Amino acid sequence: MSNLTVEVVSPEKRVWSGEATMVSARTLEGDLGILPDHAPLLGVLVDGQVVVKAADGSVNEFTINGGFISVSNNRVSILGESA
Amino acid sequence: MGAQLRVYRRRMRSVKATKKITKAMELISASRILKAQQRVAQSSPYATELTRAVSAVATFSSTSHPLTTASVNVKRAAVLIITADRGMAGAYSNAAIKEGDLLIAGLKARGVEVAAYLVGRKSVNYYRFRDRAIANSWTGFSDNPQYANAVEVSESLINAFTSDSTSEILGVDELHIVYTEFKSMITQTPVAAQVLPLEVDASERPEGLLPMYEFEPNAGEVLDALLPRYVQARVFNAMLQSAASEHAARRRAMKSATDNADELIKSLTRLANAARQAEITQEISEIVGGADALASASAGSE
Repeated sequence: MSNLTVEVVSPEKRVWSGEATMVSARTLEGDLGILPDHAPLLGVLVDGQVVVKAADGSVNEFTINGGFISVSNNRVSILGESA
Repeated sequence: MGAQLRVYRRRMRSVKATKKITKAMELISASRILKAQQRVAQSSPYATELTRAVSAVATFSSTSHPLTTASVNVKRAAVLIITADRGMAGAYSNAAIKEGDLLIAGLKARGVEVAAYLVGRKSVNYYRFRDRAIANSWTGFSDNPQYANAVEVSESLINAFTSDSTSEILGVDELHIVYTEFKSMITQTPVAAQVLPLEVDASERPEGLLPMYEFEPNAGEVLDALLPRYVQARVFNAMLQSAASEHAARRRAMKSATDNADELIKSLTRLANAARQAEITQEISEIVGGADALASASAGSE
């Protein structure tokens, strides 16, 4: 199974980037988990935690104050207002 | 010491003091350019991702949104001009103001009223001095803009853009930004760009086909949330580029000031040397003349 290429960015800098096996975030509609080969998606995030399970097994948590998640071709970008 | 020589020495001292100041400013700016450039680079992943997302929504949704649909008859346009707070940066601020004037003249020729939004003390002073109307202005952060500043500026712009004829704020139908693009350490050019209604430039569009997106919760709401941030990101990027350009322009202006001071010191040194030599020559000829006069006087008395 291929991995996700994840980028967590804020307006001021790139917060985290790398390979991950799973990303979970909370959108306006509820919690959302993203695994590899997810359909292209564009969602609005609400304030809360974004969890990125990196390919090396480590778990990274980011607190996001509003933002977006965009998923396409196993590329996940999380755009946080502040992260 | 002769009067002439003293005057030259005094001028040299003052030029040397000025040179120290300009040299210091040059070095400060040089160190800040690098930092400003890094900030531009650090903000670019966000801008790229956001542009990708916005172009995806704009291309793949049939929802019409006030922020994307061009108004048929444009009555008022907002122009945001980004300049410096401080001078000593050569033509930097003036170049941006001139570019803004050009854009405003173009808009007026189309019969569009212009609301000026200004960033930086230089443009505010320019507009005040000429008694031009200012819709809103912000000062105090031109050399080191924070994201919060961009948010503040964008909020006022978006409010003006989304307000309709019934509200108190005079609405605008278009939004333009005039800023100074940082091309390299040597080249910075003022540019005018339209931000709203959305024109996704071909150059900014990421390569390849855009994927078909699912929207959560729906395209309209995504757009609602996305576009203000897009404006903020554009404004922030413009501010960062302008800040980098400001430092580069200041460095260049201060470098040429330092070079001029060097030149001036050199020519003043030459003049001072010539004055000193002339003084010495004169003294010698006075002594010789005096001795001659004495010798001929004593010869005559014998």
